[in-house]
Amino acid sequence: MAAHHLQGDEALVLETKRSPQKAPISGKLKALLAIAGKVQKSGKRVTSEDIEAARREGTTDIEIHDTVLIAAAFCMYNRYVDGLATWAPDDPELYRQPAAQLAIEGYLVSTDHVSAVATGQQG
Amino acid sequence: MAYIHLNENLPGIRALFDFRPETAEPLCRLADVLLHQPNSLSRAERELIATYVSSLNDCRYCQTAHGAIAAYQLDGNESIVAQVKRDYTAAPISDKLKSLLIIAGKVQRGGKQVTAEDVENARRFGATDMEIHDTVLIAAAFCMYNRYVDGLGTWAPEDIETYKPRAAVVAEGGYNRIPSDIRNQQATAAR
Repeated sequence: MAAHHLQGDEALVLETKRSPQKAPISGKLKALLAIAGKVQKSGKRVTSEDIEAARREGTTDIEIHDTVLIAAAFCMYNRYVDGLATWAPDDPELYRQPAAQLAIEGYLVSTDHVSAVATGQQG
Repeated sequence: MAYIHLNENLPGIRALFDFRPETAEPLCRLADVLLHQPNSLSRAERELIATYVSSLNDCRYCQTAHGAIAAYQLDGNESIVAQVKRDYTAAPISDKLKSLLIIAGKVQRGGKQVTAEDVENARRFGATDMEIHDTVLIAAAFCMYNRYVDGLGTWAPEDIETYKPRAAVVAEGGYNRIPSDIRNQQATAAR
């Protein structure tokens, strides 16, 4: 999904996963990723210094709020997917087409698509 | 002081629901499906799972608020709630709920911690697929709600008594009404 939004730049996604503070992304996004990384460990890890650093890079209240909630939500989605031992394809190619569709249509349409595939109406 | 500009009259997640109504709606709908709508697990059992995971995450607001709702659903029995938080293996709850709390505790550490044996154990005590699913999702959802509440530095009252009136309203009316209740409360306060 991220690569799709970056005109297919998968290298940037990999670099950001490997070392976010060295990747060629904005100072603002680095500050937000520092907050997201703390949220992943625990909400209590976030400090007022982390928030101050993000504000110095020009982040708004809504951006800080959404970063914390995105990080927290993925602590839920990840546990949900792995806690019930779902399977995941190994081949990255199998993710590219659905990602392209999701990137255009958004996430609400995709739940309709999943039900359609599950009931054999398409796909 | 919270990390962003919130209405400081509202505690915990309520201040966040007030700040961002667009996310309040789906977050409350999820909580309502998981904790309030009809289910083969009782509302008290589901609130106990939520309370237990919130205590593992050390989130004062969520463990006190959901502990108060669980106690309300248990006819005011706060000692069961306290026992589940302290040592659920010794609490007077069913073996099935204990086996689900084992799974919930593993989910709190990480989804990959759950083993086939944990799930088999829950099945031996009669847990259904849906109950296992909902336990995992309740535990996972509280790993979200707890991080959301603490990651933005919201405040939480210390006195459990202050949680009880709202606990009774939510226990009776469910979670879907919370966003509109907060809006009405704010409108009344502004007058």
